[in-house]
Amino acid sequence: MSRLRALLSGRELSIVVALVAVVGVTTATNPSFLSAQGIHDLFLNASIIALLAIGQTLLVITRNIDLSVGSVMGLTAYMSGQMFIADHDTPTILVVLAGMALGAACGAFNGALVAIAKVPALVVTLGTLYVFRGINYGWASATGVHQINADQMSQGFLAFGSGSILGIPHLTLIALAALVIAAYALHNWRSGRELYAIGSNPQAARLAGIPAGKRVFTAFVVSGALVGLAGVLHASYFGTINASVGTGRELAVVAAVVVGGVAIFGGSGTVLGAVLGALLLTTITSALPILGVPAFWQRAVDGAALLLAISLDRAVMVRLAERLRKERSLRRA
Amino acid sequence: MIHHRWSGKRALLAVTSMGLAAALVAGCGGTTKDSAESGSGSGANSEKVADPNAPIKEGLQIAFLPKEIDNPYENIVDQGGIAAVAELKGTGKEVGPSDASASSQVSYINTLVQQNQDAIVIAANDPNAVAPALKDAMAKGIAVVSYDSDAAVDARQVFVNQADSESIGRSQIQMVSEQIGGKGKIAILSATPNATNQNTWIEFMKDELKKPEYKDIELVTVAYGDDDDQKSFQETQALLSSNPDLKAIVSPTTVGISAAARYISSSPYKGKVVLTGLGTPNQMRQFIKDGTVKEFALWDPEQLGYLAGYAAAALASGQITGKEGEVLKAGKLGERKIGKNGEIILGPPTTFNADNIDEYDF
Repeated sequence: MSRLRALLSGRELSIVVALVAVVGVTTATNPSFLSAQGIHDLFLNASIIALLAIGQTLLVITRNIDLSVGSVMGLTAYMSGQMFIADHDTPTILVVLAGMALGAACGAFNGALVAIAKVPALVVTLGTLYVFRGINYGWASATGVHQINADQMSQGFLAFGSGSILGIPHLTLIALAALVIAAYALHNWRSGRELYAIGSNPQAARLAGIPAGKRVFTAFVVSGALVGLAGVLHASYFGTINASVGTGRELAVVAAVVVGGVAIFGGSGTVLGAVLGALLLTTITSALPILGVPAFWQRAVDGAALLLAISLDRAVMVRLAERLRKERSLRRA
Repeated sequence: MIHHRWSGKRALLAVTSMGLAAALVAGCGGTTKDSAESGSGSGANSEKVADPNAPIKEGLQIAFLPKEIDNPYENIVDQGGIAAVAELKGTGKEVGPSDASASSQVSYINTLVQQNQDAIVIAANDPNAVAPALKDAMAKGIAVVSYDSDAAVDARQVFVNQADSESIGRSQIQMVSEQIGGKGKIAILSATPNATNQNTWIEFMKDELKKPEYKDIELVTVAYGDDDDQKSFQETQALLSSNPDLKAIVSPTTVGISAAARYISSSPYKGKVVLTGLGTPNQMRQFIKDGTVKEFALWDPEQLGYLAGYAAAALASGQITGKEGEVLKAGKLGERKIGKNGEIILGPPTTFNADNIDEYDF
């Protein structure tokens, strides 16, 4: 029993084991996978999706979901570019703050519809997925700026996206900071714990006096701000932006969160798990071409990883439930 | 019993997760511009006789219908076309759907027919889906020109092709060979594995490599970045780390080459690995200037539109009918001969480097 419990709470551990296995096999094939540059690249690749996964976790824990993340990210990335077109020397920090503010505003819009108008998040964010993308296309069309290129952005901004401190990329440091803050808040703050309560049983949470609407709204705003940050970082990292940045990213994020052990029906999971899930999935994507898996198969492998994670979760849950039932009947007898 | 219930639920879960996975896979489709290869057959108006000396009519109304209205590349093409129509004292306009699906252009074609336009210039999203509407337009005497991506051969009079696939493919190898001194390992970073354009070019690249002057160049692999920034980035990383002695990467797709350039520019590989391929000058300016990329190529999209605009005006004025061997007078571009199946080729791609990149803005 205790071993089972340890396994459950040690979801992060099992992702780490999977990660070590993937890295181990790939490194055996090609030692440079684990070179300084290789590790640098692995963390860099995972950073943006990790930020999105942290925000998504806050929502999934409360039994909500945000499918509009790709569109919000695209909108903030595009705004970053527009800011540089307006003034080539816009300070990087201003772009970051503006991006987070726009992301938070989009999150507030989603959150208001979910928390106040009581529309299911799946439907609301499916709608805003198209609305925000439409605004992005409309903006590009109205201004005639369809693509913003590296030479139009300030050198400082581009250097920020590709730079590193002591070999750790800036993007990874930002993702780590977000991870530490979110993990602490979810674990120690009263409002953080209440998010789990809302996701476990919304009715019970409300009866217990938890301001569910307010908490869910806040979760959407915070998540939106993180998505906005991710959009700005995308712009500074890739240096090429058009109106379709982030298209389809929502699915990758949900996959990372689920692989990371956050229950899709709310109430359990950690941001650390979600971030590790993101790291595992991007590492697999990086490893497949090195292992020589043909391009045609790579997506199938991604999907299989997702299915494997869900099946493992389910198997553990089933066994735990059976154990609990047996224990209970023993106690009664 | 309990066991049965659980396994039932487990089966249900397996089915739903399969569906979810399928949705994930389907949702990740990349975008790639593909131009259909022309088949056989002749233009519908082949009975008409061209009068090469007929003057271009004034006040022609010519509409440009791109694959989608927000596609940056197509917008540049259409700007060139509208400029050409203006030169000929006509009125050019750009209309189009917001998505590049097969059938989305049909209602636009019908509207243009009702508006009595003199010519329609279209980049077909699907060669066959637009064919009935275009044939209808031709039957009403409207000139139909396809550009960038062809419509069915009998549904248009002329197809203005950016460059023939063969010269694009072969010139890529010539360009990379020159930059690596004709010796070493190279890799290709393409778009999606089933992109028609890229695959045709890659075939010609492989064929070019068989020539004796390239015997010291080895094509290690073809990687696919799916025309997605992140994926192209990661494929570039993989190419470089799994082939430590790689001399060059050729990326015949604008998304791939700019993502690869961005990665290489901030990595230790900068200056050691040659990157070339097809890209737009605006996208690559930064990387030409910081020395990551020495030379790359692309046809000039504005000239493509310009040529299509002239072709449309010439058709509408009866100067040409789209028959093989006719000659199109295309303003500043000079003359172009119409080839088989009404195909007009813009010409070999333009090469961009530090010396000329600032002369271009697209």
